[in-house]
Amino acid sequence: MAHVAVLIPLLPLVGFLILITMGNQIKEPTSGWIATSVVGASFIATVIAFVLLLHRHSREATVNLFSWIRVGNFHVHVALLLDPLSITMCLFVTGISALIHLYSIGYMHGEKDFNKFFIYLNLFVFSMLVLVLANSLLFTFVGWEGVGVCSYWLVSYYFEKPAAASAGKKAFIYNRVGDLGLLFAMFLLFHHTGSLTYLTIFSHTSSLSPTTATLVVLSLLLAAAGKSAQIPLFNWLPDAMEGPTPVSALIHAATMVTAGVYLLCRMGPVLALSSSGRLTIAIIGAATALVAATIATSQRDIKKVLAFSTVSQIGYMILAVGCGAYSAAIFLMVAHAFFKALLFLGSGSVIHSLNGEQDLHLMGGLRKYLPLTFPTFLIGWLTISGIPPFAGFWAKGDVLVNAFEYNKALWVVGLLTAVLTAYYMSRLFVLTFRGTERFRGITHDHDPHESPWVMTAPLVILAVLSVLGGVLGLPWIHVSSIEGFINPVFGALPALSHASTTVQWSLGIVDVIAAVFGLLAAFTLWRRTEPWPLYESSFLYHVWHWDDFYDATIGRPLTAFADFSSDVIEPDVIDGAVMGTAVSVRKSSEGLRKLQDGLVRHYAVAMVLGIAVIVLFLVGRVW
Amino acid sequence: MSIPIAWYLVLAAVLFGIGAFGLLTKRSALIMFMCIELMLNAVNLTFVTFSRSFSDIGGQVTVFFVMVVAAAEVTVGLGIVVAVFRKRASTSVDELTELKD
Repeated sequence: MAHVAVLIPLLPLVGFLILITMGNQIKEPTSGWIATSVVGASFIATVIAFVLLLHRHSREATVNLFSWIRVGNFHVHVALLLDPLSITMCLFVTGISALIHLYSIGYMHGEKDFNKFFIYLNLFVFSMLVLVLANSLLFTFVGWEGVGVCSYWLVSYYFEKPAAASAGKKAFIYNRVGDLGLLFAMFLLFHHTGSLTYLTIFSHTSSLSPTTATLVVLSLLLAAAGKSAQIPLFNWLPDAMEGPTPVSALIHAATMVTAGVYLLCRMGPVLALSSSGRLTIAIIGAATALVAATIATSQRDIKKVLAFSTVSQIGYMILAVGCGAYSAAIFLMVAHAFFKALLFLGSGSVIHSLNGEQDLHLMGGLRKYLPLTFPTFLIGWLTISGIPPFAGFWAKGDVLVNAFEYNKALWVVGLLTAVLTAYYMSRLFVLTFRGTERFRGITHDHDPHESPWVMTAPLVILAVLSVLGGVLGLPWIHVSSIEGFINPVFGALPALSHASTTVQWSLGIVDVIAAVFGLLAAFTLWRRTEPWPLYESSFLYHVWHWDDFYDATIGRPLTAFADFSSDVIEPDVIDGAVMGTAVSVRKSSEGLRKLQDGLVRHYAVAMVLGIAVIVLFLVGRVW
Repeated sequence: MSIPIAWYLVLAAVLFGIGAFGLLTKRSALIMFMCIELMLNAVNLTFVTFSRSFSDIGGQVTVFFVMVVAAAEVTVGLGIVVAVFRKRASTSVDELTELKD
């Protein structure tokens, strides 16, 4: 099993090395196929490791790789930790990565930097697997930064466009703020437990005082907020949509942005020590879910709607983590990876067919032109809206039941978000596929065309997974469900009174009513012939003016300080000191240089006088 | 009968004074050179005097060094004076002040 486990992250790394060293010899489709096949092979290795893990008595294995740092008593061993949580993450990360690699071969066709794209993508998959499989916070941090930098490169992939370049920078800087939280959590944990290895930390949780535990949990929340785009650091994700659509699907919907949720789940035994910390997590999650959902209702860019939807769904996951329902969070994460990747790839297919147009107002009536994208997108739409029997219903229901048990107010927020989710997704769906054809101006009266099979095949597979994904967490098969499989990882769970079956069923019915309500509202409002009324609020379109707020409170004071430094401190203080020295030397030398008048006789007088002084001095000494 | 040592030293001091006075008052480079030579030889004279008086050959050796260096210095100096004279038809040092800036 150790060998198979090592192969999981190693294969994408090999693909990365092949592509980066032989990139010039490999031409367009080949590099894509190499990248896809290494990730596919990594998926197969994960499946084998998963089956082997299922048949082991102890479902926890550490695979030692090498000793990394050895300073005095401080040892860091690089090792992979295989347990139900990490293997579940690996399964969907490698699986969806392989599908999106395949899709990218079609989507990136004809791009100038085709190879570069796959180099980044393979490096990203490697970093993500390191993040997930690492046995210590320090090694996880390596993967954490790796996915961050790959995200930066891929967001600013079209770096000639100023918007893409600045979006990459924005993503990177917001992530830095979050990384600070992770570093701080690492410092605290190392100071109090003497180790950064997960299992050692968990066996030393008793040495953490309640205050320390709360500090650690809040630092971890900051880290998760940065990486997973939660309040107050969520603004970077919508801008990150400047990257190519497969990147949005893979990094900014399915995998990297869920790393924060993974980190919180992984640190479950530490989270259990601080109930106030967990309440903060739940509140942040619920608030993000609601705020992002409201914003998504008024966005015009198809990818931005999906981006805010991602923020909102991750908010649900964070809410579940706060409630102590880690398995519900992971369940929603997996289901979300399926349907959000599906929706992003579907939107990519739409954008592809419309020569790169992303404005919803310029779409419409695409149903009959995209025979494969339409039904798969339909499934994705129903799934995220929470219509049974698709995966989204079960996963979201699971989160909401736990929220109901944890705190009724948070449950109401979650339910409201569910209504909004159904509303904005239906609006997106109607504007894209139904109604009049508003795209004629862009396509120059050509009919939009369906994408090649490398792009539609992943759509079909993801649609099937979105339909069947719900089986993973069906409430009545606890033994084989994701919950029964994963829960042992989290140790003693915070006390939760499990809802009775009646409550679960009635909550499920409430969820369906909420979803149908949002859905019908969107259809009645948006399914009109032109000119339809615009139910878009400028306040929501501008993201609650959140960026303006940061600009006013952080950006402008910093700019003002920088201006002050460059206008006052630099010329007056620094240059003043440097130039002042020079000026004072010149001023004082102006008197002295008069002595050098060029007349030899004056010099001779000086010499003779000098000699006279020396002689007098010597004579004086003798007497 | 031997001449007292003080006479030699007084002669040397007089020679040195003449040289120094000439150096400070004359404007012609050639005459200034001659004054410098006079001063050098005044010093040489004191060296030889003390060498004789203390029976130390070192003083005479030093005089040879001074004479060699003075010869070299005069060669270079006269070369410069000739070059300046060709350029300016004058050897007055008061006119040679260009290098002060």
